[in-house]
Amino acid sequence: MKYALYYKSKKVFINTLIHIFLISVAITCLYPLLWMIVSSLKTQDIIFKDISLIPQQLHFENYANALREEGFGRSFVNSIFYTSVSVFSVVIIASLAGFAFSRLRFLGRTVLFYMFMAAMMIPIPASFVPLYFLLNKLHLRDTPAGYILCMISVGLSVSIFLFKTFFDKIPRELEDVARIDGCSKMGIWWHVALPLAKPVLAVVIVLNALNVWNEYILALIIFDSRKFMPLQVALQIFQGEFVTNYPLLMAGLTIAALPIIIVYLLMQKYIIKGITSGAVFG
Amino acid sequence: MKIKDTLENYVFVLPAVAIFSIFYIIPFIWVFRLGLFDWDGISFTKTFVGLQNFKEIFLQDRNWWQAMWNASYITLIALTLQNIFAFMLALACDREIRMKNFYRVIFFIPPVLSEIVVGMVWRFIINDIEGANIINRLLAGAGFPNLMHHWLSDPKTVLTTVAAVHCWKGFGWGFLIFLAGLQTIPHQLYESAQVDGANAWQLLKKITIPLMIPVMVLVAILTVLGSMQAFALILGLVGGEFAGHTSVPVLRILSSMRGSSPRFGYACAQGISFGMILVIISFIQYRFSNKGQ
Repeated sequence: MKYALYYKSKKVFINTLIHIFLISVAITCLYPLLWMIVSSLKTQDIIFKDISLIPQQLHFENYANALREEGFGRSFVNSIFYTSVSVFSVVIIASLAGFAFSRLRFLGRTVLFYMFMAAMMIPIPASFVPLYFLLNKLHLRDTPAGYILCMISVGLSVSIFLFKTFFDKIPRELEDVARIDGCSKMGIWWHVALPLAKPVLAVVIVLNALNVWNEYILALIIFDSRKFMPLQVALQIFQGEFVTNYPLLMAGLTIAALPIIIVYLLMQKYIIKGITSGAVFG
Repeated sequence: MKIKDTLENYVFVLPAVAIFSIFYIIPFIWVFRLGLFDWDGISFTKTFVGLQNFKEIFLQDRNWWQAMWNASYITLIALTLQNIFAFMLALACDREIRMKNFYRVIFFIPPVLSEIVVGMVWRFIINDIEGANIINRLLAGAGFPNLMHHWLSDPKTVLTTVAAVHCWKGFGWGFLIFLAGLQTIPHQLYESAQVDGANAWQLLKKITIPLMIPVMVLVAILTVLGSMQAFALILGLVGGEFAGHTSVPVLRILSSMRGSSPRFGYACAQGISFGMILVIISFIQYRFSNKGQ
């Protein structure tokens, strides 16, 4: 009895220590973001003096001003547009290909599949150089279409892999039933495979959305016109040459970060699943 | 009928293969071709220079090797400190503990943010404006006012500061993968060892770590690939290469391409050299893991 009490209190003690450790790490993760949001509601003259986390006055007009600043609001719309179009296209194109690699027979199937998989493992850090040149030649540089096509191409490999592994697990009988009912292959893809693939659809959507929303380097080299720039590149307009308007910068950063945090918090189950299933593959 | 059937199958992969060929395979091949030319990216004439670009990179380009060193420094810190830290966190969460999912969700917030946003937010936190640097305030508050420092404007500390912020952004990745790995270890293994009288340290050394080696290698490979190629964080945090103190390979490639006298061929050659080095490092790590098993 005495020993049991000893072990119990020892366990409580260790768990408390562990919680203190984990909570301090969690605070370290959240504090910078909290600080960003709080600072976005202050004014330039108090932002470095008043370091409290609860400011006396909340200046929500910083957000309106940030969105008006040199077309930053337009960049927000651009980012939403690029993300939704790219993600939608990747879902359709990658699920078609994943279905074919899993279910259909054709010459070159294995080679093509490994081509996509190899791209996941071979890093080409300078691919943006010829990509710039290629888009120039196709007259697609400095156009939304050029950027979206590049982003689709970036997302394909992982998405095809996720779809194929999922379709491999669907029992063939379901497909046979649909075929007997007179379903074409396209019909099976649309009416049988895709509806069953809801969990993997969520993973593909969220992973690609994160990727496109956060993309920086291609947007930097593809776009010259400010009117096409997505948020991540447009953020530089707040960093003035001489004076930076910090509350506006923080409002801009919040606008760029908050949507992705909200999407993450809503869909975190799928993101974590996607990361771990992708990692198991590697 | 048979032919029509097969052709229909190609329709499924056609869009993916077309986009991928144009926007991935062709650039991939072009990198190798352009690396052999001296070309400014605009004029019609390209001069074939053979391996001259590579010779210059490996023998003369001191800025390039400075950038490689900087990236390696960041990577080494991430490989050791960040990953050990992530592993400890994963161990702490891999037990019956309350709020486990809460921690898991929070720790993965920094990795979902973009590098540029993380860099800019931390630049605001570690700024050089007197009395407004939060890290310095904390140090002063903890009784170490002599440690207060202009972290981002001192050439001696700027790279380490970059590495620290990089680790803040990155540890969640390692944590998540380690935790997933730990959860695949069967509980019976621990229980039977405990029956045999093994203590916590022995359990870790004899069961957890040996079984986790493949996962550790995976995390190591991902860390190397991610850290060596990180650059947007530096643009956000420092604003640029800071006279070489924070230059990294991708920034070098970018400046070869966008400088006042652009050198596309040279940028491609830099990309090839860098890509090769990354592939070789990953391959060595992979072989190492196969030997370890």
